[in-house]
Amino acid sequence: MPEITYRQAINDALAEEIERDENVFVMGEEVAQYNGAYKVTEGLYDRFGEDRIKDTPISEAGFIGMGIGASMLGLRPVMELMFWSFSYVAFDQIVNNAAMVRYMSGGLTHVPIVIRGPANGGTNVGATHSHTPENFMAHTPGLKVVCPATPYDAKGLLKTAIRDNDPVYVMENTLLYGNKGEVPTEEYTIPLGHAQVLREGRDVSLIGHGRSILTALEAAGHLAGEGIEAEVVDLRSLRPLDIDTVLASVARTHRVVLVDENKPFCGVSAQVSHMIQEEAFDELDAPIRRVTSLDAPAIYSDPLEREQLPNPRRIQEAVQQVLEDAPRAAG
Amino acid sequence: MTARKTTRKTTKTARKAARKTVDSAGRTPEQLLEAYRQMVRIRAFEDNANELYLQAKMPGLTHMSSGQEASAVGVCEALDERDKITSTHRGHGHCVARGATFRPMFCELLGKEEGYCHGKGGSMHIADQENGNLGANAIVGGSTGIATGAAFSAKYLGTGGVAVCFLGDGALGQGILYEVMNMAALWKLPVIYACENNQYGEYTHIDEMLAGNMLERARAFGIEAEEVDGQDLLAVMAAADRAVARARAGEGATFLALKTYRYFGHHVGDINRSYYRTKEEEEHWKAERDPIPLFGEVLLERGIATAEELTAIGEAISREAEEAVEYALEAPYPPAEAARDHVYAS
Repeated sequence: MPEITYRQAINDALAEEIERDENVFVMGEEVAQYNGAYKVTEGLYDRFGEDRIKDTPISEAGFIGMGIGASMLGLRPVMELMFWSFSYVAFDQIVNNAAMVRYMSGGLTHVPIVIRGPANGGTNVGATHSHTPENFMAHTPGLKVVCPATPYDAKGLLKTAIRDNDPVYVMENTLLYGNKGEVPTEEYTIPLGHAQVLREGRDVSLIGHGRSILTALEAAGHLAGEGIEAEVVDLRSLRPLDIDTVLASVARTHRVVLVDENKPFCGVSAQVSHMIQEEAFDELDAPIRRVTSLDAPAIYSDPLEREQLPNPRRIQEAVQQVLEDAPRAAG
Repeated sequence: MTARKTTRKTTKTARKAARKTVDSAGRTPEQLLEAYRQMVRIRAFEDNANELYLQAKMPGLTHMSSGQEASAVGVCEALDERDKITSTHRGHGHCVARGATFRPMFCELLGKEEGYCHGKGGSMHIADQENGNLGANAIVGGSTGIATGAAFSAKYLGTGGVAVCFLGDGALGQGILYEVMNMAALWKLPVIYACENNQYGEYTHIDEMLAGNMLERARAFGIEAEEVDGQDLLAVMAAADRAVARARAGEGATFLALKTYRYFGHHVGDINRSYYRTKEEEEHWKAERDPIPLFGEVLLERGIATAEELTAIGEAISREAEEAVEYALEAPYPPAEAARDHVYAS
């Protein structure tokens, strides 16, 4: 299987869907002639032309509102946000229109829009450019939210998102765009709402999404060197959420550390923690621990931001804590 | 003059204003009569909706469009089945003007299963896709993006369709309007911004909220802008015809400033309005500038209808509205389990 970057995987998904369905088009700031601020749409404008790859003014509320209107009439717009942080100026469109129109129309109007772009910290761009609004979005009935961590998932989930008849918000990560991974050349899609066990282990479950789960995977490697077997579960899709795969892992390990780049208060991991205790209280041998971003706006200073985000050391410390809370049986 | 009795408070001034409109906007007598009926339907709908609210038979919040019938009907009469509209919190008139019928409208207002949106939208979010009404939007300026996107889709798909964005003068305060007007102008989209300037945003006169001239705002983007007497049905129709022709010819967007007046308050509960406008002002608009008798006069003068026929139209529509209210009051609510339906398509 060839290895391609996360960026290329998204680019391939867009190209394939644009070719497959004439109603699919890409719209956003700098997506066409400049090939995308992060070069995700590189070459698409030359290949498909300005009708399918459309540059917009710096008007997130306006162009996302237009995308919603276009999607209500059968088009399948894929809107790029240069950063999900910029979604905040379009919040009324993203929440009140995209999410509510179907319900308020009694199911008569679909809103098959995709909004995609990076949603991450860790790049020293300060608080306004480092938001991870997947929890805000997943809070809203009517919206679907996916957070691919690998090139394979990025391509498969985006293709599914484009074909879905509901609004699907795809949260990418600028720190992942250059990551390489195996992606098949033949056609595939990944259904929404399917978590994946990335690494099996019997001592503790590390559960999260996006780049955090790769950090958890790295921590699991270090923990294995200490004789601790961590299972790593990538949620991939936050809404719909595959709680069954999470609960099955908890039933195997009985200890949970949630890893989450969201801030802790009302973050994604707060929801997952609630669902685990509600459904699998008797399976837990220790309180659920969380490794989230520190509860402050994103810090500009590099060494501080490294500490603010989930990192392998903090994850390992949390695992040690749950193992102290509930020691493994001797032998 | 029997006409005087049958066309309510028509006065000399009003008749003079009506006579000034000599153009029929290219409509046949039957089309003109139907446009009159549509205005009467809107008035009847609003009168009954207001009554339902005052009798505490209707939940929530509703906003009457009485007085603004000519802008809704005049614009919608210029459209065909390819075209789409978006509407506002003051949207019953647009819905009727686009062809909706009373029963599912009253059912929607009362939260009933047979409503256009199965009782999930209500007065402020009523939609009627079959007639090209993409929906009322209760956030001021909230549908400007949707309407402009509908115009984008018409151009993308080559349908020849036009999108009309109804907005109130209050929406001129929302930034998204200028974002989408900018793109509509850049991309020559077939969209009409039909601004119903009823002169009050919520409880404040437009002079306290709007700097400069609203037409100049549109013209700054290179959008054709026109001020129209929103109480003169034929004038609205003619302006809408020009805007539609421009849009279909690929010449882009138009902004129509339709000066009108809302007879009721901001919402049905806004009864004591003396702190922001005078009774005399309200009476002036109702007596001198009511679009229904003004247009009734035109029909009479042209011999398109007799006074008796206009009276009969009003009575028939009143009965139809009352019957629909009775029907809606008796109609069942959605079942409890419907609360979770329609959240997602799949």
